[in-house]
This record gives sequence, C-alpha cells and structure tokens, in this order.
Amino acid sequence: MTLWIGTRKGAFVLSADRQRRGWRLSGPQFLGHVIHHVVQDPRAPKTLLMAARTGHLGPTVYRSVDRGRRWGEVPGPPAFSKAAPGKTGRAVERVFWLTPGHVDEPGVWYAGTSPAGLFRSEDEGQHWASVSGFNDHPMLSQWAPGRGTPGGELLHSILVDPRDPRHLYLAISVGGIFESTDGGRDWSPLNEGVEADFLPDPNAPFGHDPHCVVLHPRQPDRLYHQNHCGIYRLDRPARRWQRIGRAMPTRIGDVGFPIVVHPHEPDTAWVLPMDGTRVWPRTSIAGRPAVYETRNAGRTWQRRDRGLPREDAWFTVLRQAMCADQEARPGLYFGTTGGEIWASRDAGESWRCIAQRLPEIYSVTTALH
Amino acid sequence: MTCSVHVASPLRDYTHGAAVVSAEGGTLAEVLADLERRFPGMRFRMLDEQQRIRQHIRIFVAAREAHDLAQPVAPRDSVHLICALTGG
Repeated sequence: MTLWIGTRKGAFVLSADRQRRGWRLSGPQFLGHVIHHVVQDPRAPKTLLMAARTGHLGPTVYRSVDRGRRWGEVPGPPAFSKAAPGKTGRAVERVFWLTPGHVDEPGVWYAGTSPAGLFRSEDEGQHWASVSGFNDHPMLSQWAPGRGTPGGELLHSILVDPRDPRHLYLAISVGGIFESTDGGRDWSPLNEGVEADFLPDPNAPFGHDPHCVVLHPRQPDRLYHQNHCGIYRLDRPARRWQRIGRAMPTRIGDVGFPIVVHPHEPDTAWVLPMDGTRVWPRTSIAGRPAVYETRNAGRTWQRRDRGLPREDAWFTVLRQAMCADQEARPGLYFGTTGGEIWASRDAGESWRCIAQRLPEIYSVTTALH
Repeated sequence: MTCSVHVASPLRDYTHGAAVVSAEGGTLAEVLADLERRFPGMRFRMLDEQQRIRQHIRIFVAAREAHDLAQPVAPRDSVHLICALTGG
C-alpha cells in the first residue's frame, strides 16, 4: 500500500505492507514545489501524474511511468486557448485536480484548474487540450465568473461514469455541480435542492459551493457531495439533492471539505466535519477532530474518533486530503494542514498518526504497488 | 544577435543547472522563443498562455524591467530572469 502526499512544499510517499502496518516515509520529491494532486492511473498502474507549480513559476504537470521513481515534465500542460486580438484571455494559475478517464479510453485523463477550466489529455497526460464545450460554454461567465474565493476559483471532482465515458460530472467552488452526457460537448447545472445561504436567491440554478463530489464506483447512480452548506446525496436519475447532513448532530453540523465513499458499499460514506460558524474557522470542531460515518446512505451518522486527539487539535482537512483504499475492510487516511497523516485500518473504527511534521497537506491518494 | 541570459535558480532545472546561458534574438519575445527551443517548457513557467509575464516573474533587459515582449534586445545586452517570492 502506498500513499502519495501532495503538500505545499513537495510530494511525499508513505509505504506499508498489505496489512497496512509499518508505514515508512520517503521523500520529499520536488521539494519546494506546490503539489496539488498526485494520482495513479488504475488502468496502467505504473503511470502517475502530479499537478504542480511553485510560488513564482506557472503551473505544470509531471508524469512518471515507473510508479513515481522518476518524473518528467509533460510537454503540453493545461492552457486555455489564446484569446482573440483585443480580448482578455484566461490563463491557468494552477492545475488543481486530476482524474483518470474511463477504462475503455486508456490514456485519457481530465484536469481541473483555477480559474475554472476543464482539460482533457488523450496521451497519458503528456498533452492537454481545452474542453471547449465547457471552457467556451456561453454560460461559463455566469457559472464561473472568475472572481472566486480567496483560495481561487477551483474546478474539481471530475467524475467519469464507469458505465459510459460520455457521462461526466464536475464541480466548481464556487459555481456549482455540472453534468455532461455527451462527452463534454455540452453541460448543464445539477444543483437542485442544494442550499446556498450566501446567495440572494435560495433557488439559484448555479453559484453553489460544492467542496467535494463523489460517485460510487459500483452503483454509479449514487452520488454524495460535501458542500459549503451541508452534506447531500443524489440517486440518479433524480435531479434533486437530499440534504443528508440534517441527520448529523446539531452541535457538529454538516460542514466540511472531503467526503469519501466505501469502495464496496454504496450506503457507507465518511466525512470530517469542520467549524463553519461565524467567520468560518474551518478547524476541527472545538479542537476535537472526528470522522463521521453513515452506513445507511445518510439516514444516521456515527462519530468515529477513537485514537484521534481528544482536545487541542485545531487542524483542517482539505477536500483532496482524505481517501480510502480498496481492501474489503478499507483503510481510511487523511492529512491535515498541520502536516499530520492519520490512518485507520478498520474502516474508521480507530485511528493512529502515521506521519507528522510534514508541510501543509493538500492531497492524500492511494496507489497500488 | 546573441545576448546573455541570467537565469534565476527556480528555472535552472531547465538549463541543466546553468546560471547564465546565451540566447539569440532581437526582441525579448525572440530571446524567450530561443530559450524555449533549447530548454522546452521553460517559457510557459514565465509567460502564461496569453503571452503575459506571470505575476511573480520579472524580466530585465539591460538592467531595465521589461513589460512588453516586443522590447528590443541589443547585441551583448544582458537579460535577467527574476523570480519574486515572499512569505514562508
């Protein structure tokens, strides 16, 4: 088992045996680079892509074809089309998200950027093309006006329906969730039922703030979504999200960044609530971090905090920094902005810290040896 | 026309560690194009896809900051590629 850790100051690797014991830290790789996402290709496990930039240099993508031992910069990283003369064109500030394409489309990858842009590669991430159906959509200036939030307007949670490579979802923070059924040529908002208490129109069709959207690989009509305004579930073909976070304890609420699904059980998911009161501290609530688990698709939630700090732990877990492995009883992992990695070998029942004193953690992903 | 280009350390992965390289060109755009030809990928880290100098990059030609890629570069001018970074 391998964990790839993307941080504000480089990439790290944590490795363990199949029993997920004896974690060993290696790295840093690309020390000083800002690493937003490191993702293994499940169709070609020797291949990994890394979304990177530095504090001063523009964004790029690195690629490895030997499981991360050696990396090379790709020759054509994501970039918007050149603007027509007299027009102000957009420029990618960072590559934020990477998603491998459908199993029937080997070599295809998608990338999400800030400002919000969708890019597609058909050669294992070496060259990227703007997905014009989204990036040049006539509604894009309203869906993603580019003003964004202090952290930048982020396009993330690019999901590919495992039954149909033409069926795609993506999310923009802030902007909402969007769906395409024609391979990205056209898109439509999918935000019905999602609250947006910061908007003047509570029924706005877009402008929402999805933090993380996931699709269950074995039941692809089942979507979960952690939003700035709650936790939601959607069972397609329905279009109206249900706020399953209402069942969370009132003192905890249902604000957070990540949401993770059980790899085999569509009714099981985990969230990591954060403090969304007043000025939005976004830390663990009352300094006592806890994972919450549902085993019934959000009807009830159980606190899972055995082994986690009981007090004075004021960390934040970002949207890409929590994941599950593929074991029958999956391991769960999350990384904190304080540079700690926490792991559970028993599907969240108990936790222990397996790395600390790392830079601010942006992403945690699993990779098979 | 050949000029010398002083390369900031974050860009030296592209120049194989060299702090100073030579480049051909009569304008800054031509000099950067020559650098890109010899050190692929380097230009996009300094200029965005709209050919704007990135926010934290400064380029000096003959000790004067250049804001326009059409800036002429004379023979034996020095070009300095500077990376501006603050904070921790």
